Amino acid sequence: MEITTQEFKHCDLFKVKGRVDSSTAPDFAKSLEKANNDSRFKIVIDMSELEYMSSAGFRALLATQRNCKKYNRGELVLVSVPERIREALELAGFTELFKTFDDTVAAVGSF
Amino acid sequence: MPKITFPARFDFLDEIRDLVAKTAREGGFTDKAIYSLQLAADEAASNIIEHAYEGVTDASLDISCDMQGDTIVITMHDTGKSFDPAKVKKPNLKADLSDRQIGGLGVYLMRKLMDDVFYESNSTTGNLLTMTKRRG
Repeated sequence: MEITTQEFKHCDLFKVKGRVDSSTAPDFAKSLEKANNDSRFKIVIDMSELEYMSSAGFRALLATQRNCKKYNRGELVLVSVPERIREALELAGFTELFKTFDDTVAAVGSF
Repeated sequence: MPKITFPARFDFLDEIRDLVAKTAREGGFTDKAIYSLQLAADEAASNIIEHAYEGVTDASLDISCDMQGDTIVITMHDTGKSFDPAKVKKPNLKADLSDRQIGGLGVYLMRKLMDDVFYESNSTTGNLLTMTKRRG
């Protein structure tokens, strides 16, 4: 797994590549927590190069969404969710908890 | 049925998923089904490492993965604490964001992705999880 971040005025863009499982999810969660700890609550996650995500990654998304939406201070949105990952998110009942976009420009522009 | 022994550590999940993908591909499963099988095996192994072997650092996990006719059979044997997936409460998938449960999701996915999940716990021989899925 590899994470790159880009800070915009209105939101933070995270690009997560590779595989997020129980081994790598703690680092994924930590980088999202760091943004929250820096009072960044508007977060875009670009999943276009994400190959795999297990429930360990879903848990990190859920915890971050909860924290971002507290006091209406922000939101976590997803971009270019690969089909297999979208199907797993759907099975977990997670799709309704996250807005999704087809490209990063639209997602960043939504804030 | 050939068995591979893996160290019970999260950094071996990649290899566990590769083993399942190889058998499933040779068994004629579609890419979509292969992803599902990998996810189910990952969730099962993650739960064993996290719960059955909680606090144990040098444990191991025996995994076999074979085709029996048109059905893939994945078994995982551990000697940790008994952890029966059937006893894990189903998460409420309709709950609001604030009430969503963080736990139980892995087991739920395993059960949804596989046709059958069996669990046997024996105080002498350990725990055996067997998961099967027929090729569609």
